[in-house]
Amino acid sequence: MGFLDFFKPKWPKAFQRSQSWDRGIMVFENTSEVIRAETLLKEEGWKIRVMGPPPEIRSGCDLVIEFPLIEELKILRTLQKAGVPPKKMVPVNSPLLQPVDLFHIKDFGQYLMVRAANMKLTVHKETLTIVNISGGGCPDVPYLAQEMVGKPLGEAPAPREIGHTLCGYALQLAYEEMKRRCSP
Amino acid sequence: MLAIVGTVPHKHFPLIGGKVILEDNDICIQGKRVSVNRGTPALLAAAIKTGEALGQPPPFGYLVGDIGLGHGSRYLYEYLTHHLGESGFHTITFHYLQPDVDWHNRVLFAIEEMARRPILIADAGFMYAAKMSGQAQLYDLFTPDAGELAFMADETAPHPFYTRGFILHDENQVPDLIARAYNYNNAPRYLLVKGKRDYVANQQGILATIDRPMEETLEAIGGTGDTLTGIVTALIEAGMEIKKSAIMAACVNRLAGYYAKPSPATQVREIIRHIPEALEEILEKREEIHKQNAVQ
Repeated sequence: MGFLDFFKPKWPKAFQRSQSWDRGIMVFENTSEVIRAETLLKEEGWKIRVMGPPPEIRSGCDLVIEFPLIEELKILRTLQKAGVPPKKMVPVNSPLLQPVDLFHIKDFGQYLMVRAANMKLTVHKETLTIVNISGGGCPDVPYLAQEMVGKPLGEAPAPREIGHTLCGYALQLAYEEMKRRCSP
Repeated sequence: MLAIVGTVPHKHFPLIGGKVILEDNDICIQGKRVSVNRGTPALLAAAIKTGEALGQPPPFGYLVGDIGLGHGSRYLYEYLTHHLGESGFHTITFHYLQPDVDWHNRVLFAIEEMARRPILIADAGFMYAAKMSGQAQLYDLFTPDAGELAFMADETAPHPFYTRGFILHDENQVPDLIARAYNYNNAPRYLLVKGKRDYVANQQGILATIDRPMEETLEAIGGTGDTLTGIVTALIEAGMEIKKSAIMAACVNRLAGYYAKPSPATQVREIIRHIPEALEEILEKREEIHKQNAVQ
């Protein structure tokens, strides 16, 4: 040990949590769908693996696909386009968790803001123009804001079409709630 | 020296490391320009403005293009694992990166190789990865909003999208969520929680609250959290103690917002412009503000 090493922080050599915290599980109707989805995703370069399901979500089909959870939106879109959408997508570490379903609404007079989880979408009530998008931490958030802000709610691309991550997915929920509230 | 690590929302923006300056509404790095709107460019712009006012040199930026596919982020993570260990940064702020626990841990191992441990600040995607990895307590400061704080307080949630309903916040619950985040070791040495009321906290509890001036519309404006992180980063790099930096940054960010006379449609660059005058005013009133906000 060098002299300077004495002053270095004492950091743990082993990490406390399993590195599966950023992984998710996709559940399908049957094994042939699992195989089709696996083939498709591997062809597209995704880091996935087929495995047995955890006990909490065992429902007949004896195989599931583990995938990078953060990129849930992009993977879901890929599988939907191919006609093999999963029945369920859940976090590996806690398969009973559900996506947020609570919305927080703030009325600023001329403007309305809807928040879903960490994402906020604000529109001008009269013109329905998206004036701001805030919150979030995944790199598609600045991109989504760039593509959506300044456009009318009905003409802006939906987050599910151009987003890729769970933040994009949360913004999709806020977007849908905003459309529901602003529809005649 | 200060390093700021993050992404820009352009798919083909290359990985660049270098000094970052501000020209008009763009940040400039190695001959490339990026418009300041929100995200890491807004954080950089706020840090530059604050640093300039304090006589500090421009920050060093590590930037790469990423629109959410994660390719740019992973390229940057890998680059950091090869270069951070030999660097001598005093402060490193990590920002919009695709959350990835494995790469996050490798970056921490690279930092462990540095001769002196830097002050570590995280926000946005890198903060999510830090929480997911179970290593939040190795950081010096996180700057979550109330929704992100709820995610940190939920020991099972891998992302804010999966925060359980009973934890999902109401602003009144922020002190409870702070306590819960510390109980589960999901918080760093200090927390600066941004919102209608800003909170500065540590393991012992809430150290200060800042709620003036009150501009509720700031919550809707994308990038106001990024500017807060940029300001506090620059204050810490300038040598101010973390708790004092967090309190002052909250005051400066709120005051800059107030000077911009914001509506929910205001864009963050209009607020960044007012950071120098807000900082000057807060520096003049520093002692008075500390007395007002200190928890008895």
